[in-house]
Amino acid sequence: MFTKELLDKSSLLRKKWEDEVKKVVAKHADQKEEWSTVSSLNIKRIYGPEDIKDMDFEKDIAYPGQFPYLRGNQATGYRGKYWTFRMFSGMGTAVETNKRWHYLLTTGQTGLSTAFDFPTLMGYDTDSPKAKGECGKCGVAIDTIDDFRDLINGVPLDKITTSMTINPPATALWAMYCASAEQQGIPLNKIGGTIQNDMLKEFIAQKTLMCPPEPSVKLISDTIEFGTKYVPRWNTISISGYHIREAGATAVQELAFTLRDGMEYVEDAIRRKGLHVDEFAPRLSFFFNSHIDFFEEIAKLRAARRIWAKAMPERYGSKDPRSWWMRFHTQTAGCSLTAQQPYNNVVRTATEALAAVLGGTQSLHTNSLDEVLCLPSDHAVQIALRTQQLIAEETGVCNTIDPLAGSYFVEALTNEMEEKAWEYIHKIDDMGGMVAAIEKGFPQMEISDAAYKFQQQIDAKEKIMIGVNKYVEADEQIEIPLLEIDDSVEDEQLERLAAVKRKRDGRKVAECLNELAGACKKGENVMPYCIEAVKNYATVQEICDVYREVYGEYRDPGIY
Amino acid sequence: MKELGKKVLAGDIRAASRLIRNLEDQIPETNIAMREIFAHTGNSHVIGITGAPGAGKSTLTDELIDAYRKKDKTVGVLAVDPTSPFTGGALLGDRIRMLRHAEDKGVFVRSLATRGAMGGISKAVGEGIHVMDVLKKDKIIVETVGVGQQEVEIINHAHTVIVVLVPGMGDEIQALKAGLMEIADIFVINKADRDGAGKLYKETLNMVKMSKDMGDNGSWTIPVLLVENVLEPNKFAESVKALSDKIDEHYQYLVDNNLLSERMRRKTAAEVNEALWGNILQPVLSDLHSQGEMEKMVDKVLSRQTDPYTLAEEIASRYIKKQA
Amino acid sequence: MSDRRIRILLAKPGLDGHDRGARVLARCFRDAGFEVIYTGCHQTPEQIASAAVQEDVDVVGLSCLSGAHKYLFPQVAKLLQDEGAGDIMVIGGGIIPDQDMQALYEAGLKAIFTPGATLDSLVEWINTNVKPRA
Ligand SMILES: Nc1nc2c(ncn2[C@@H]2O[C@H](COP(=O)(O)OP(=O)(O)O)[C@@H](O)[C@H]2O)c(=O)[nH]1
Ligand SMILES: [Mg+2]
Repeated sequence: MFTKELLDKSSLLRKKWEDEVKKVVAKHADQKEEWSTVSSLNIKRIYGPEDIKDMDFEKDIAYPGQFPYLRGNQATGYRGKYWTFRMFSGMGTAVETNKRWHYLLTTGQTGLSTAFDFPTLMGYDTDSPKAKGECGKCGVAIDTIDDFRDLINGVPLDKITTSMTINPPATALWAMYCASAEQQGIPLNKIGGTIQNDMLKEFIAQKTLMCPPEPSVKLISDTIEFGTKYVPRWNTISISGYHIREAGATAVQELAFTLRDGMEYVEDAIRRKGLHVDEFAPRLSFFFNSHIDFFEEIAKLRAARRIWAKAMPERYGSKDPRSWWMRFHTQTAGCSLTAQQPYNNVVRTATEALAAVLGGTQSLHTNSLDEVLCLPSDHAVQIALRTQQLIAEETGVCNTIDPLAGSYFVEALTNEMEEKAWEYIHKIDDMGGMVAAIEKGFPQMEISDAAYKFQQQIDAKEKIMIGVNKYVEADEQIEIPLLEIDDSVEDEQLERLAAVKRKRDGRKVAECLNELAGACKKGENVMPYCIEAVKNYATVQEICDVYREVYGEYRDPGIY
Repeated sequence: MKELGKKVLAGDIRAASRLIRNLEDQIPETNIAMREIFAHTGNSHVIGITGAPGAGKSTLTDELIDAYRKKDKTVGVLAVDPTSPFTGGALLGDRIRMLRHAEDKGVFVRSLATRGAMGGISKAVGEGIHVMDVLKKDKIIVETVGVGQQEVEIINHAHTVIVVLVPGMGDEIQALKAGLMEIADIFVINKADRDGAGKLYKETLNMVKMSKDMGDNGSWTIPVLLVENVLEPNKFAESVKALSDKIDEHYQYLVDNNLLSERMRRKTAAEVNEALWGNILQPVLSDLHSQGEMEKMVDKVLSRQTDPYTLAEEIASRYIKKQA
Repeated sequence: MSDRRIRILLAKPGLDGHDRGARVLARCFRDAGFEVIYTGCHQTPEQIASAAVQEDVDVVGLSCLSGAHKYLFPQVAKLLQDEGAGDIMVIGGGIIPDQDMQALYEAGLKAIFTPGATLDSLVEWINTNVKPRA
């Protein structure tokens, strides 16, 4: 990167500076001995040319839209288009959520994002005993295509993209979307959106579990294949580090496990479906967390792009640069927010959002200040959205692309994140891949270790959370207007479901489910069967029960 | 407390779990309850499952419970995990693999920590087996972590001992050979999906054959069973069902050859020993301690005023009345 | 002679899988010298109560972040009562709004911990409030 002359000069000046530091520190000791990121990565007092002297400008940095895409996939950056302001929402019944969506669309939000309630997320209907007390609590309840139609009522499916945070039952919910679009007369190749559909991170972190890892990956490959052939504008997977981080992982772990998950999906689609990597890889999308440690997050996101750009051609022989682009959504860190002095959360979220933007995210969700206390209020959501708009349109950070490139520190930290991530990736390769590593409990244990360590650091005040272990307000009364879901939502939804079950053709449903089971057993793509089943009012649980029956049910192995 | 024995006899789960707790906590009064229940023990088939940590013992136990429930047998499980030597605490992680049986009244699962006991088995395990026995559990499965020599302890408690081996520990098996052959009634090669399972299977078969040639183990030929991948639930269930059949076959063999009580001889001797110790020596020791006499005796021996042998004789003659 | 240890069952009732807190606590309690039985995610109140009785624990710790605590926590306490195990303490943690506290205490919960409680404070609470059984 630098001439020998410059490095010599730097080393001379650096020596002088070090001597000065020694003198000062002898008189005034530093405030603390170790300075490290929130993930306990040690940070030096200063970075200089020598810290990035081995970088090769062309191979390692270059320009936006150029390999290794460190500086972004698009040549024009945010000048061409800001990131998508996508706020996650959902609550109660489909009708209520639909109302909220229409409100959000009037506030300048450019993409919709659905939160489902826990029974839906786990593939149970509202009338399952397991669902008792949960209906509509943290998202919208969807049992049948009837609910789904209410959800998207009045939303132009060919113009607005919708993201659905759904995992084990992803095939069922996506089938409902496809079927509803067709019924509205919109062809499948015109609809766009995302299903999260990432099971590996569920085993690793979030524990929304249904079937064992191997068949779970098979179902995902089905959606990748179906999307590639018939729904080309759909992102059939959002490979997620968000939840891995929320479960207590470090930034490096989030980066490494997420990317290794992505590689596992690529490998499966190639092997199982015989697809060429460039047929589907351009539609893979990622989802990261943006935590409170500003530079660590920026470095992580930049490193993610570079690792993926290298891995795709090297590991899978990809030729199409669009496959090398890592496209990702980011959400600010829920786990960094505090119930104490909740208005401070606005500041945290703003900082995290700024990191995501400087890291070059394509889409962003900013948490609401009351999110720790469950469902956010309208006002809190508005502040969160305004935070994004403010960053985009007031702060000037979008004027130039990747403004931090070339910073000694940021580049060195980016390199360090990348190196450490590769170490993990290779370790998992050696274990036989991510599914094998998960079965061994490897990523789970690493995350548990990190989570426990962090909590101990908080207790020891080695890491600070304002309002929790420093600047605590004695006897603080937490007064946030809470949005509560009425228990009547459950009764209402039970009634709706019962009504659908009464009016539908039971024989036809059974037939569809039977055929779906047959397809599972034969290893056929399940998507066409799912679409047929939901059109005939099969419920989310009925479809998932077929999977549980054929593939077996997977329980939390409780690795800690 | 006094009613505990009677309640256990009446099948009260809460009382039974409390009794096991008291046994673990070594509350002296447990003797009362144990005395009441002992006459009603000796009916269950005790199955020991041992192997290295992570070998899949709990997963196997979970499926075995299922297999036995399908045969209409009631099941008790005592699952032992190690106590942390540093903190005295323990993470008891076996139960989590057996949760689907939590509401089945025919199944009673109890987790125990080793609490520093040698051999991976605390004294409470032996007694806990009696409690499960009184609760009329047809099969009592005892899961213990065994590494090397420590595995041997389980043989004193179980009629049928299953040693679980997994691929990827190739060299260790050589080292363990002698000890394992001594205690295993059945070998299970677990995680048959993993590389090296076939090789391990052959090695173990060979090992069994060699010891057979040397005339070990009477007329029972130690079977070696492959258990399928847990992630293919149907196959897994099938191979565990086969294992349960084998276990029953071993039990029948013990019955047919009058070996059942033979297997319990060592345990019973240990229990008698333990009871004698508790009833004779223990009171003497606490007496000496509480009087402060123990300290004085130690001082005397240290200063060579006397020796331990003479002292012991003096104490014995003071406390034990010799019968003519 | 006797050797009493505190036994704790940790469980996550309901459908949410956010078990970070429960996992951290399991380790913390082990390190505090307790015997911890962690039963993982997605437990029904029936499973939890039955496990608590079979394990004869002193305390059942419940963690729930889905908002369903209003049904799930009292249900565990009630089932324990029904099984004659009302002496087993039930404590809970998670995102519990202030206005729900009263009802939970009335339902028999002995303590509720909200985000921000330190590990030490939890251990201390147990050490002070859990009396060894006689
Ligand atoms: N690959 C594979 N993993 C298994 C098998 N049986 C158990 N496991 C896994 O091995 C780990 C340890 O299992 P566990 O039953 O707790 O082992 P224990 O410590 O011997 O009781 C768990 O993650 C199980 O899911 C198997 O047949 N194949
Ligand atoms: Mg185990």
